[in-house]
Amino acid sequence: MLSSNIVTAIYIAASVLFILSLGGLSNQEKAKRAVWFGIVGMALAVFGTVFGPQVSGFIWIIPMILIGSIIGVIVAQRVEMTGMPQLVAALHTFVGLAAVFIGINSHIDPPSGLIGAELIIHDVEVFVGVFIGAVTATGSVIAYGKLSGSIDGKALLLPARNWLNLAAVLACLWLGTLFLDHAGPWTLYLMTAIAFLFGAHLVMAIGGADMPVVVSMLNSYSGWAAAATGFLLGNDLLIVTGALVGASGAILSYIMCKAMNRSFISVILGGWGTSTGVAQEVEGEMIATDVSSVASDLMDAQSIIIVPGYGMAVAQAQGAVSEITRRLRDKGKNVRFAIHPVAGRLPGHMNVLLAEAKVPYDIVLEMDEINNDFSDTDMVIILGANDIVNPAAQDDPNSPIAGMPVLEVWKAGQVIISKRGQGRGYSGIENPLFFKDNSRMLYGDAKASLDQLLAQITS
Amino acid sequence: MIIGAPKELQAGEKRVAMTPDSAGQLQKLGFECVLEAGAGIEAGFSDATYKAAGVKIVKTAASLWKQSDIIIKVQAVSQAEEAHLKAGKTIVSFFWPAQNKELLDRVVSSGSNQIAMDMVPRISRAQKMDALSSMANIAGYRAVIEAGNHFGRFFTGQITAAGKVPPAKVLVIGAGVAGLAAIGTAQSLGAIVRAFDVRPEVAEQIESMGAEFLMLEFDEDGSGEGGYAKPASPEFIEKEMALFREQAPEIDIVITTALIPGRPAPKLWPAEMVGLMKSGSVVVDLAAEQGGNCDLTKPNKVIKTENGVTIIGYTDFPSRMSAQSSTLYATNIRHMLDDLTPENDGNIFINLEDDVIRGALVSHNGDLMFPPPAPKVAAIGKQPATPAPVELTAAEKAALEQAAIRKSGQQQIGLLVFGGLFMLLIGSFAPASFMQHFIVFALSCFVGFQVIWNVSHALHTPLMAVTNAISGIIILGALLQIGSSSFIVTLLASISVLIATINIVGGFMVTRRMLAMFQKS
Repeated sequence: MLSSNIVTAIYIAASVLFILSLGGLSNQEKAKRAVWFGIVGMALAVFGTVFGPQVSGFIWIIPMILIGSIIGVIVAQRVEMTGMPQLVAALHTFVGLAAVFIGINSHIDPPSGLIGAELIIHDVEVFVGVFIGAVTATGSVIAYGKLSGSIDGKALLLPARNWLNLAAVLACLWLGTLFLDHAGPWTLYLMTAIAFLFGAHLVMAIGGADMPVVVSMLNSYSGWAAAATGFLLGNDLLIVTGALVGASGAILSYIMCKAMNRSFISVILGGWGTSTGVAQEVEGEMIATDVSSVASDLMDAQSIIIVPGYGMAVAQAQGAVSEITRRLRDKGKNVRFAIHPVAGRLPGHMNVLLAEAKVPYDIVLEMDEINNDFSDTDMVIILGANDIVNPAAQDDPNSPIAGMPVLEVWKAGQVIISKRGQGRGYSGIENPLFFKDNSRMLYGDAKASLDQLLAQITS
Repeated sequence: MIIGAPKELQAGEKRVAMTPDSAGQLQKLGFECVLEAGAGIEAGFSDATYKAAGVKIVKTAASLWKQSDIIIKVQAVSQAEEAHLKAGKTIVSFFWPAQNKELLDRVVSSGSNQIAMDMVPRISRAQKMDALSSMANIAGYRAVIEAGNHFGRFFTGQITAAGKVPPAKVLVIGAGVAGLAAIGTAQSLGAIVRAFDVRPEVAEQIESMGAEFLMLEFDEDGSGEGGYAKPASPEFIEKEMALFREQAPEIDIVITTALIPGRPAPKLWPAEMVGLMKSGSVVVDLAAEQGGNCDLTKPNKVIKTENGVTIIGYTDFPSRMSAQSSTLYATNIRHMLDDLTPENDGNIFINLEDDVIRGALVSHNGDLMFPPPAPKVAAIGKQPATPAPVELTAAEKAALEQAAIRKSGQQQIGLLVFGGLFMLLIGSFAPASFMQHFIVFALSCFVGFQVIWNVSHALHTPLMAVTNAISGIIILGALLQIGSSSFIVTLLASISVLIATINIVGGFMVTRRMLAMFQKS
């Protein structure tokens, strides 16, 4: 058995390791080491707690940890990189659910000797912890469903949805006051049920391209839930770690919102903002092209930028993209990738997919790094992206995405757009890019098109 | 259906309507292709290359006409070919129906269908089959090359050991496709290029090609229907002449490309202007076929005036570059057939509702289809006037920046004050143990913000996975509760331990897997 001072020392070490672990993600090489800091930190924390003075019940602990580890390993090894958004959402569910259980436990079996303000604080902590945990849990379940496609990805917009949300929050507050008045455990359970519904409804109303914000927001919530649990149990390590995770999710949400030029509130409230005027009519025609002419144009081009979007992930085309990139680079062409912050359904989703397909990360650039280079580029290939390359964001003040930073692909010599059909993107906005003189549409499944392209380049 | 391309009969016509490339594309649409032996020789395509592309070669024109359902040609049918016209056959070629009324009547009475490539409306959807533009592009290029051939000096200015060479000055009149091509060519040879057009909206296009637009201060818009110019008023012409009179003595090469549909070419470069030009100068008149923009032009001839100005009046510029013009023309034809074959099954369907096909169709099943109804879409969309963004002066910019800094400062102070009051509020009610935890919490938030800002964008997904894993720290809470005497508490705590472990192990494993994939080239 470890004394409580030793346990505290272990917690301090674990906190430092967690901070180092997050800080190490500032570049790819350091990051590989940084994960180990996190793993060691976590191992220390669990070890210290289990063998600490307050814990008994090893009969339960050991099998649970064993089973959990095995499931975790299996899940982590099986998951496809395109399935990362779903996995992350699913894991958030667990944190939320655990926070709910721990909160309820703490109410059933409260620490002894609480009086006066301490008791009130404890009750508030229980209530807040359960609320955040419940919202995180069902919100993540819905997010998982949407990302994996088992729930329709479109935003579900109930009439008066904002009033419903407001009513839910007010009801929870009212139940909270009753709970503090010792009205009985039913207030806590009723609140938990309402919070479950509230979390589900909140995420149901958000869809498609807003999903990166949702996932990072839930990430943030899972952190705050852990921090609330820390307060509840008086455990500083939980507080520190929860705050780190909460801050991280909050910053990611902020970055995503900024990349879409939308306020966090408007994303959370769901749906797209209504535009104030009539969007500009788009004139012209989408001109189709075929694989063989794209192949011959690629042979002539010297500098090429590829812009991947969610469509690439859906079509699982990253392998073909990587192979084409390799061939073109072997021919001495300058091939680079431009990644918009909200491309895909998870922050940094495209980077991971490209990395999986062995695209070297030093040719994968962020929007700010590459946006000025489009005018010197011979050819841009857009793979299943739409809103992030929509010039209306800059040209049309009435467009729903006006002011959103976009990749200025239209400045390149030629733009090839690989797209499944003539439909619009998630936002339902017409994209004037497709009608520009230097744009050519390559219709068809991105993977099928790229495989043909690869064959033509190789031959 | 079978598509046949005969040898062109008109003297000096070197182009051919089918190339081995276009034949390959036509076969993809489901057609069979035949070619009269030797039809492509003048354009540089031997019968053997056609055969390799799957084209059947037939010996005589007569048998080609007999076999084919669709005849693709460059020039309109000649007298010798009229004998082959039959109901049900479709001919695709240039036709100039306005100038060839009698021929058109004979074609109509034969019952065959005629699609006139020169009648394709000038709307964006039809650009791919706009053969006039393809040919005009070549003509513009060739005009500069021909001018260079007759011009005794460099285009580009040079300073050499043997003295200084001034750059040639080129004036292009009419900035249609041919004019713009001429501007581009002359510009790339190093000449100083000026250009004039009655349509003010093309100024931008002229400047984009690198030429100087000669502005005429006059309040009249010369744009007519379908992207062409319309005839100008006498006052306007007066002004125009004054401008040209000013330019003529300086200019070394004039290339005129002005055409108004269905009318003789406007006389923009009268004899008076030629008289003002220096000896050795060159005039290339691309409108020679329609009577010429210059009074002195002799169609198909090169003449030299008394004051030493060469006037080139060729009418066959595209044919002089037969390989290039055949390739482009054959592609235009191929696009036309593509639109005529909606099912890609090798059977054409003449859709009278289609603006483009209706526009180009002049004879259909014995009915005269010319003139077509006016096209519905303006050729060049008129841009709605947008107010120019107001340029800010340095002082204004600095003021704006200052205001932004002040605003963010105010916001920060506001937040700090609000935060401080909130803390005081908590401090006055909460017990000491809570405040200690609260310090830890507040500091951790700050550390978190500072650390996360430095995370590279590319690593946001691994960041989410790793934060996911460490938020599994909630396992500690469950571990502390698991030894409870209440069975429900133990059960719930056990489930929490289980799912938190999945989170921890799964999160870390997947992060490692992802990071291992990031590789440097």
